[in-house]
Amino acid sequence: MTTPADAGGPANRALSGRRIEELTLEAATRGELSPDDLRVHPDTLRHQAEVAEAHGNPQLGENLRRAAELTALPDDEVLAIYEALRPGRSTAPGLEAVASRLDAVDAPLCAALVREAAEVYARRGLLKPG
Amino acid sequence: MNDENSAKPARSSARLGRFEALDKRPVNLDGFAKEDHEAGLVAFASANDPEPSVALDSGGRVGGLDGTAARDFDLIDAFIAARGLDAAAAEEANGLDDVAFARLIVDPNVPRAEVVRLAAGATPEKLARVVALLRPVELQMAVAKMRVRRTPSSQAHVTNRLDDPLLLAADAATAVVYGFREIETTVPVNADAPSNALAVLIGSQVGAGGALTQCSIEEALELELGLRGLTTYAETVSLYGTEKVFIDGDDTPWSKAFLCSAYASRGLKMRVTSGGGAEALMGAAEGRSMFSLESRCVALARAMGAQGVQNGGIDGASVVGCVPDGMRELLAENLLVMLRDLESCSGNDALVSESDMRRTAHTVPLFLAGSDFLFSGFGSIPRYDNMFGPSNFNAEDLDDYLVLQRDWGVDGALRPVTEERLREVRERAASACLAVYRELGLVPRPGPLRSSTTIGFTDDHVAEVVAAEGSKDVTPPDPQAILAAADAIMERGIGILDVVGALWSTGYEEEAGRVLAMGRARVAGDYLQTAAIFDEHMRCLSKATDPNDYQGPGTGHEVAPERREEMAAIRQQRSRDDLLARHAAGAPGPAASPGAASPAAAAAEAGAASPAGLSTTGVASPAGRHSVEHGTGTTAGTTSGTTHSTAAGTTRGTATPDDTTPPPAGAGSAPPTPFRLIERGEAHPGTDPREVCVGISPAFATRLWLTMSGLPVTEALAQIIAGIESEGRTARIVRVPSTVDLGVIGLTAARLAGSGVGVGLQAKGTALIHRRDLAPLACLELLSIAPLLTPETYRELGVNAGRHAKGLRPAPVRNPYTEQAIEARYHAEVVSLVAIERGETVPGAPPVDVEVER
Repeated sequence: MTTPADAGGPANRALSGRRIEELTLEAATRGELSPDDLRVHPDTLRHQAEVAEAHGNPQLGENLRRAAELTALPDDEVLAIYEALRPGRSTAPGLEAVASRLDAVDAPLCAALVREAAEVYARRGLLKPG
Repeated sequence: MNDENSAKPARSSARLGRFEALDKRPVNLDGFAKEDHEAGLVAFASANDPEPSVALDSGGRVGGLDGTAARDFDLIDAFIAARGLDAAAAEEANGLDDVAFARLIVDPNVPRAEVVRLAAGATPEKLARVVALLRPVELQMAVAKMRVRRTPSSQAHVTNRLDDPLLLAADAATAVVYGFREIETTVPVNADAPSNALAVLIGSQVGAGGALTQCSIEEALELELGLRGLTTYAETVSLYGTEKVFIDGDDTPWSKAFLCSAYASRGLKMRVTSGGGAEALMGAAEGRSMFSLESRCVALARAMGAQGVQNGGIDGASVVGCVPDGMRELLAENLLVMLRDLESCSGNDALVSESDMRRTAHTVPLFLAGSDFLFSGFGSIPRYDNMFGPSNFNAEDLDDYLVLQRDWGVDGALRPVTEERLREVRERAASACLAVYRELGLVPRPGPLRSSTTIGFTDDHVAEVVAAEGSKDVTPPDPQAILAAADAIMERGIGILDVVGALWSTGYEEEAGRVLAMGRARVAGDYLQTAAIFDEHMRCLSKATDPNDYQGPGTGHEVAPERREEMAAIRQQRSRDDLLARHAAGAPGPAASPGAASPAAAAAEAGAASPAGLSTTGVASPAGRHSVEHGTGTTAGTTSGTTHSTAAGTTRGTATPDDTTPPPAGAGSAPPTPFRLIERGEAHPGTDPREVCVGISPAFATRLWLTMSGLPVTEALAQIIAGIESEGRTARIVRVPSTVDLGVIGLTAARLAGSGVGVGLQAKGTALIHRRDLAPLACLELLSIAPLLTPETYRELGVNAGRHAKGLRPAPVRNPYTEQAIEARYHAEVVSLVAIERGETVPGAPPVDVEVER
């Protein structure tokens, strides 16, 4: 329950697939590591979500599950979705397009968050006039 | 006297002296506001706060919240209703009587988990009402019980006015060596941010590994720096308690929730920021109390899935502070976070008052109770360098803080640091930072043809940075060079692996390993759990691994014996051995010649520069136990040995034969020199009516050589003798070995004196005049404030003793007066001095004549 990733559980690999114990100084200084070797794997995030839920925080769990979904997206796309969710930035179809894109990359929780936002934004007048 | 009469009415209409004086106190620079419910200038319980309520629909969903139906939910209500409340506990929690609920929070016998379960079902307004009932001491109890992590920790601000990378690195290392586990930086110049993040990352891993770092800037850039691994956490995701202010902040709960997930998706820890007063400051508090709105923010943070909240003393702290109950509200904000089972990064961030007393009173209750982060930014740099604005505690306050920690035996997460250690880490951090900037080509490398390099990126600059208190002490680096470095970091996509490589190839292998470990930590993901930090051995402490288990006395976080010793060992503490060593250094060495500074005296002088004038340096062997030779002030202004001036805490230099320092005012004629004290055998009553006896204490010039004012004890004695002689009387010296009681010493001397008048003199410098017919405690004159006594006062006391011996009634010598905490300064030393005197007493031994050999 304590240090699941380091303990060699199911989620002990970087996003690249490299095992965490291979992330050594030797490997780094031989130039063998790439940025994806230092990125968290979605399985690790889902595992951490389980830990959070087991400790009574389902909201943190959900956040980590959304995070697991976002590992599939490149940085600039993540930033673009954030921008689209800011007030007055998106039309209703615009947000629906974002949600569909998230569905397409198997990110249903994120898609649901965006659709929920679209609904509330519409009611509160925060959509960009389309 | 017409003038006087006409002046009277004018005087009576002028300000009272009492108020005139009070007006000048720092607290009166602070602003205080009358409560104004419409403007939201009210800490707790505005007339416009809604009644707590919750309505569940048939599907168990929250259909109404704190008086608002689902169709009227604003953004904040809607987000909280959708996922923020535990519907299973909602009816139970909201049905509880407020007082009963409040008692559950405080009662150590009610498990923390039970309170968390109920709080998860409580609406924002319900929780606000309940927590508002807690008195300050109850808030402290609740905080001790409800904070998430057992081990307290703290965060530091590390910034400077110049964005000087080498100084940032040195100051980050400084923060870490003091014990901070998170370091937050920011910029005065926005475009410098990547450079600041890099410098702080490097410095944070010198001395020890595992400190988390962040760079507080615009969200998108902050996220990008995090994605590259140049920072390891974020906390500037701001939440507000009204929809209007939230939108003014250009975000919504959904955009912020998405941002939370974005950080987590790259393995970055993050928390959100809120805090009472922000909405009132933005003129959109909807007439609600600060605490009511803050409770919405905290409920929202939980709903978004953030693991923690920074509140209770951030930017709006002084708005909260200006209304009644404001300071209690700030502490209560921290508790709201803990009740929602989130990490509390507990404010003490913005400076809340010009009054030292008031700002300390803001921090102390939380400090005593403990928190996940006691400060969400202790200004670990000088006030002027803090680009967030000064914190409530700053570098200038580090010693105060360490002493508070020691006073209360409370783990405030910091530790004392020696000058040597601090120099070492600052040097290494600044050097490592320079090496990395050069290695990565962020600044030009010095080549064979160009010895001089960019201003601010030289070895000389490293030396300046190491020595500097802050950026005012260094040559300002070339701002264009910093911008160019920052641009290069962005354009070339420099990230954590580049930093690891550069540290490694420039010989900073240990730091390279630690930076890489921070990268590996994000792959492991353990520090995404609530309240996670890394200790210096890279162990992850969080809700999952180090849960707070406080359940009353004997439980919860214990200050382990090693930790207690570390906290106790402030650099100012001294032992009796230290004191004896200093006195031994003040003793005349065998080769000491009159008026010349001995090496031992010089060593004592060097030590005198340490705080409180206490010295540990210079141990010289004392002269023969009962034979003293000491050069006293032979010529005007020349004293051998060390003289500490008292009140101002400064030191006068060790005089040399050619010293031209003018004599102290009123020193009068110099006493004879040098002289030796030789014990000659039991003393008997004298018969010469001109004879005045001076009784000295057991350790006087045997083990103790300096009075509390830093005078050589023999000089004090010489001045008294000279004073007596100036009245045409003779002075006879006796040692009273049987007691430490100055009254008895003086009375014994008086009874031995042919005149019936005696002087008592303790080694610590306290002196009195006594007469043989008086009771021991009823002396004629007493000089009680030894630390302030000067050669002149001893001379005057001698003169008065001579006059008493003539049967005159002289005006008493006035005790010097000071407003300073003279006892705080010296009582620690007095205990040792008295113990040493007591150790030298020989009970029942008769007084002994002491010959002064000139």
